[in-house]
Parts: sequence; C-alpha cells; structure tokens
Amino acid sequence: MHIPDGFLNTATAVTTWVASTGGVGYAVRRVTRELDERQVPLMGVTAAFIFAAQMMNFTVAGGTSGHLLGGALAAILLGPWAATLVLTCVLGVQALIFQDGGLLALGANLFNMAIVGVWVGWLAYRGLQRLLGGRTWAAFVSGFGAAWLSVVGAALVAAVELGLSGTAVWKVVLPAMGGVHALIGIGEGLITTAVLAFVRVARPDLLALRELSRSEGAR
Amino acid sequence: MKALKKYWWLLGLLLALVVALFSPLASPHPDGLERVAEDQGFLDAGQEPPYQVVPDYLFPGIASEPLATIAAGGLGTLVVFGLGYGLARLLRRRKREASARG
Repeated sequence: MHIPDGFLNTATAVTTWVASTGGVGYAVRRVTRELDERQVPLMGVTAAFIFAAQMMNFTVAGGTSGHLLGGALAAILLGPWAATLVLTCVLGVQALIFQDGGLLALGANLFNMAIVGVWVGWLAYRGLQRLLGGRTWAAFVSGFGAAWLSVVGAALVAAVELGLSGTAVWKVVLPAMGGVHALIGIGEGLITTAVLAFVRVARPDLLALRELSRSEGAR
Repeated sequence: MKALKKYWWLLGLLLALVVALFSPLASPHPDGLERVAEDQGFLDAGQEPPYQVVPDYLFPGIASEPLATIAAGGLGTLVVFGLGYGLARLLRRRKREASARG
C-alpha cells in the first residue's frame, strides 16, 4: 500500500506530512515516558520482523498480492506509541533505501500505516477484548479482527487521499481499495494471530509487559 | 536457559532474517494499491524516484535475482533492527536522565 510520488497533489502530501510529523513527534514523547527496559530489544525485533514480512507478498485473488502491514501486531506487542515508532523505522528505510513508497508521499504512507493502521488496530483490539473477555481464544479473535480492520482502515484512508488529490474518482477508488484490502486483511489477520500465538508460547511475559509499563508510566 | 532469557532478541532477529531468506518466493503480482491504480488508469501518474539505492529490493551488482533479493532483504532487516533498537535505547536513556533530574 506504499504510495509512490506522483499519486498525491501537493496539498495532500503537505497535510499528511504535517500530521505525521506531529503524530510521530508526540509518540516519541510518550515512548520516552513509558518505555520498559525489556521493550528496547522488542522494538528492534518487531521492526525487523515487519520489514522482512512486508517483503513476503502473498497472492490474494485475480493476479493481486498483499503483504503484512504490521500496525496491529506492533500495537498489540508494544502499545500504540512504540508501534508508531516501529512502523516509522520500517517505512522510512523502505522509502530512503529501497525506493518503496515516495519521498513526498512518505508523510501519507506514515499517516496511513504508522498512525491510522496502528490506532485502528489498537482500538479494535482493546474494544474486541473488552467485548469478548480475557480468555485465550478471545485474544486471538481480537488480534485477527484488529489486524483485518487496521488494513481496511489504512486502505480507505489511502483511497481518501487519492480522491482528495484528484488522482482517482471517489466513487470508484473507495470500494476498490476497501474491497481488495478486505481480502489482504485476511492474510494480515492470519499472520498476526500466528505471531501472537508464537509469542504467547515463547515469551508470554512480553505480552504482559505492555500493561505493566503502562501502569508504571501512569504513576 | 538464562542465556536464552537474556538473548531471546537474537533469536527474534534470526527469525526475521529467515523470513527475509524466503523473500524470493514472494508473490510477483502487483499489490492492492498497484492493482487499483492499474485498473483505474492512474498507475502512470507514479514518478520515478529522484535517486536509487536498492530499488525493487534487488541488491545492485548481484546477477542472480533470488540472491539479490535475499541480500537486499537481509540488509534491510538488519538496518531496520538497528534503527528500532537504537531509537528505543536512546529514548530509554532519555527517560533515565529525566527521572534522575526529577
């Protein structure tokens, strides 16, 4: 879903750059206040895994592919603020070194995936968990639902940016982006759930860490 | 067991590198946005980047495409790990300094 340069008009590119700079800047302040020592390596590992997984495109349908975005996964593992920073590292390296996603469009890509994707995933995860209760299966269902919603949410915001830029027609681009990413979101949900299951078995304390650091940060 | 508890992140990084190792097997089809851009005729609006370092996830100078992809993926995975870890370490130090002052 990385928007290349040329798809967005100047107003949209500038607006999303300003919004993303503000969002990432505020995330830096929040993470500075709340980060637990054990989350330091976890931020590196999560960023590395999301980068590698984003290279693994999977076929969805009709000659179209998708890949993990990782916003929901990072938010569930690290909380939304650190997740925004993790996705910022991934998207920044992709744009600067790999020419994946434009430089003028980086603001929009950060906004869609590091902010919208992370927060839709995070809020959906919290909401679903509250709805379903604290059982093990509920955590996985919540993870799957959060991952799916985060991809569709990010795609719809990207479609809005394309519509605002006059690049695509609103009525066509919104359902098209939503539809194809509703399929890609299933892959996102499966990968997210698998990784959460793995972490739950290998290092259950890392999942509990987020709650801990949050309550410490509040003190 | 104690070493595993301390160096688990190395295993995590290794796992990410293993994923990168499999990247030549990724689906070659255009992704969701490219598909929509193609269908709706605005794919050509995309501009070439002003400079190129490792375009298309192919490490320059390696003839074999799968190997070039693996090299690019490995490089990116390590760079992103270093960046994420380094940033977290930096912010963590700032927190300690702030609480020492307070």
